Amino acid sequence: MDITLNHYLAVAAMLFVIGLMGVFTRRNLIIIYMSLEMMLQAANLTLVAFSRFNGHLDGQVFVFFVITVAAAEVAVGLALIVALFRLRQTTQVQDLTTLKF
Amino acid sequence: MNALFFWIFSIGMIGSGLTVILNRNPVASAISFAFTIFFMAGLFILLNAFFLAAVQVLVTAGAVMVLFLFIIMLLDITAMEHVPRRKFWMGCSLAVGLGFIYLVALTLNQTPEGAVGIDEAPNPSTVAVSTEVTAGGQTVDHTVTQSEMDLTDDTHQIGKLLFTSYVAPFEVTSLLILVATIGVIVLCKQDDRTRSAPRDEIIREAPPVEPKKETAHTR
Repeated sequence: MDITLNHYLAVAAMLFVIGLMGVFTRRNLIIIYMSLEMMLQAANLTLVAFSRFNGHLDGQVFVFFVITVAAAEVAVGLALIVALFRLRQTTQVQDLTTLKF
Repeated sequence: MNALFFWIFSIGMIGSGLTVILNRNPVASAISFAFTIFFMAGLFILLNAFFLAAVQVLVTAGAVMVLFLFIIMLLDITAMEHVPRRKFWMGCSLAVGLGFIYLVALTLNQTPEGAVGIDEAPNPSTVAVSTEVTAGGQTVDHTVTQSEMDLTDDTHQIGKLLFTSYVAPFEVTSLLILVATIGVIVLCKQDDRTRSAPRDEIIREAPPVEPKKETAHTR
């Protein structure tokens, strides 16, 4: 069976859903952050697949930018988590309920 | 051959992605995530995106995952989560996820454009170099077959695009990285108020200070 664009899109959708489930079910901030990263990577896979099957390299350039921004975002996010941990000595979301209504 | 590797990489990617969210040990989750990235780099290679596969391994699996592991070990949250799993939310997210996958499958079924095999698809690098306008205004056909191209060609093409059509976003990205660096320094810099608190704790937790007593006795 030949591999088509639909195969890649389906795999990317599955990875995205796994990331979404991680955000819903996990309580550790760092794991939630990792799941967010995973959703971003699923979108990257979609872009590269479209780039390959449409014959344009612009998608790959976009993925390059996404990887760069994701790296910067991870640095800032983890710094926030460290600052939060210093303040509260926890990274569990159920302990961080200051803004809970 | 291509199909075999596609199935190996995608099943590995989905499996290690599942272990990221199911594992209770954060360190094991981080390592599973690194494996997910490796498998995805394999899929990128199957899609002829060699440059991005290398960048993916270097940046995401190398730098980002090391940062995650570093923070996990720095904060010492290696202890497993002993709280029970959230069954209700797990069911909800599973329902949402299956619904999403159902919608995607429904859409993919109705798009005949997606059913093109990978061998019939045009190679991006070949298309990008196929025509070039010379100084005289004539179009010269430079169609290069895939066998003639060396494997680094997509790197050349991406570099060319980055410094021509996408030069403005490229420069903005450098600004973004600068801002992120400064932001991280500002966030992690301890001011005197927060720095004094843990020090007091350390002093309080330390065993009773002996030298002070001795000096008190001697004087």
